[in-house]
Amino acid sequence: MLKYLLEKEFKQILRNPFIPRLILFMPVMMLIIMPWAANQEITNVKLSVVDNDRSSYSQRLINKVIASGYFLLEDMSGSNDEALKSIESGKADIILEIEPEFEEQLIKNRMANVMISANAVNGTKGGLGSAYLAAIMADFADDITTEWGLNTDKTSSALINIVPHNKYNIYLDYKVFMIPALVVTLLTMIAGFLPALNIVGEKEAGTIEQMNVTPVKRLTFILGKLIPYWIIGFIILTISFLLAALIYGLTPAGNILTIYLYATVYILVVSGLGLVISSHSDTMQQAMFVMYFFMLILILLSGLFTPISSMPEWAQLVAKVNPLSYFIQVMRAVYLKGSGIGQLLPQLLALSTFALLFNSWAIYSYRKSN
Amino acid sequence: MNDIVISAKELTKKFGNFTAVDHISFEVDKGEIFGFLGANGAGKTTAMRMICGLSLPTSGEGKVAGFDIAREQEKIKQNIGYMSQKFSLYEDLKVWENIRLFGGIYGMKEKDIQTKTDRILNHLGFMNEKNTLVRDLPIGWKQKLAFSVSIFHTPKIVFLDEPTGGVDPVARRQFWEMIYEAVEEGITVFVTTHYMDEAEYCDRVSIMVDGRIEGLDSPENLKEQTHSQTMDEVFQKFARKAT
Repeated sequence: MLKYLLEKEFKQILRNPFIPRLILFMPVMMLIIMPWAANQEITNVKLSVVDNDRSSYSQRLINKVIASGYFLLEDMSGSNDEALKSIESGKADIILEIEPEFEEQLIKNRMANVMISANAVNGTKGGLGSAYLAAIMADFADDITTEWGLNTDKTSSALINIVPHNKYNIYLDYKVFMIPALVVTLLTMIAGFLPALNIVGEKEAGTIEQMNVTPVKRLTFILGKLIPYWIIGFIILTISFLLAALIYGLTPAGNILTIYLYATVYILVVSGLGLVISSHSDTMQQAMFVMYFFMLILILLSGLFTPISSMPEWAQLVAKVNPLSYFIQVMRAVYLKGSGIGQLLPQLLALSTFALLFNSWAIYSYRKSN
Repeated sequence: MNDIVISAKELTKKFGNFTAVDHISFEVDKGEIFGFLGANGAGKTTAMRMICGLSLPTSGEGKVAGFDIAREQEKIKQNIGYMSQKFSLYEDLKVWENIRLFGGIYGMKEKDIQTKTDRILNHLGFMNEKNTLVRDLPIGWKQKLAFSVSIFHTPKIVFLDEPTGGVDPVARRQFWEMIYEAVEEGITVFVTTHYMDEAEYCDRVSIMVDGRIEGLDSPENLKEQTHSQTMDEVFQKFARKAT
């Protein structure tokens, strides 16, 4: 019986003027355009420099900062107060203050201080700006160490006191970080929205009644809806992987089969959620808005754009019951760190629980009579 | 001929304070064409949905093909065919695909589906439309096709909910010829309508007014009882009595 239902769903999907194009074009658009637009890399950070030393080393440091391409030298202020004024007037985002005996300290004590003050009104710009600046400092310290013929061991090169931020990827290509997450978003949207519109669509067309009056089993009916979207999910995932490899040369550091395994479960989770919403809705608009509501919450509280660890406690709790956050963890871990199933067992357990929960609910909520 | 295939006792359906179906009782014999008449909103469709196992009764009981309508709905569904006023075929599937889908759902064998599809399409003169999307068929054809699909698995009873809405008298006449053919195959027909001329084609009719069955007999007897010439007159008299 399932065979006939699957045949029907596939014919309908392929005949739909919109869905096959969506399956092809959405991954292409998302992967070609979004990594450039949804990019939190910061350039053109306006810098106000207070050089209290005016030595050759301080000048070298300033030149190096400007040469990095991330900063625009807004002004050279005589004092910290003056620099603060340019921040207040919005002319500068970050102050770099170099201490009066910078060169002397550096040569004598192999240790010197700079102060970085960031305008935290635009938190991202300030935070990332300081991080870049710190990275440049470290680089500068390395340069000098090498120059002086000192041991290139990293520990001894800490000539300039700065807070170490990103240990890896100094000039991190943000796209590389975003792509695995974008693939997850894409999968969530397509494998979530399409099923959400499916059952309710049959309600609107009146065909569901014809189904309800047949002896079709609830489980069979739901499987008939679920399996096609599952396969579509795999197609999208594969297209995305190919594009990521072709356009950005990005391939997972870990085993790609690990990702497929988790995707298997994850697609069931979102499609199940879509079906639940669909069978509780009366109209397409209703299903659409409810699904959109959940999508926003799922995506915003998933750690996709902002790290979960910096969310307030209640939001961290929400993230714990957010299937999306588990899958993003898996994607990033496998793509960037090369983790295997062994390190990702809790995520597998969490996702399987969600899959079971949503799909049981979907079967339960599909009522053949009322 | 006296096997009872549908029986309803004091069947009631309430939606909140509104009583859509109010303690109706009737029986339908095997091989009968049983007409369910009533104005729009009289409760015909609601009553029919309860009998088909699409809707649970608030109170009362009923049996269809020997199965209880409140507890054995899935067994009932194996034994009935159903065609609703919104001929619920899949518009984006082809003619043969719709037949195949429903044949498959009712557990028919692949081979039987194929041979029977061709036989039925030939009989209907639809062979050239086998590969046409249902969306592109004229409404009269859709209805004939929907009816053929509803009896494709040779159910014991077929339920037709206002099957001829919106088509011309010629198409309606042809549709009723199909119903008679189904009866010859031994299928019991339960049909709701508000066309009184169609009531004449039924063996027995019940007239529903405001959720209650006001009259139930053969068209001839009903006309005699109310001293009317046509079923239309009969219906007018029952309906007027109610208000």
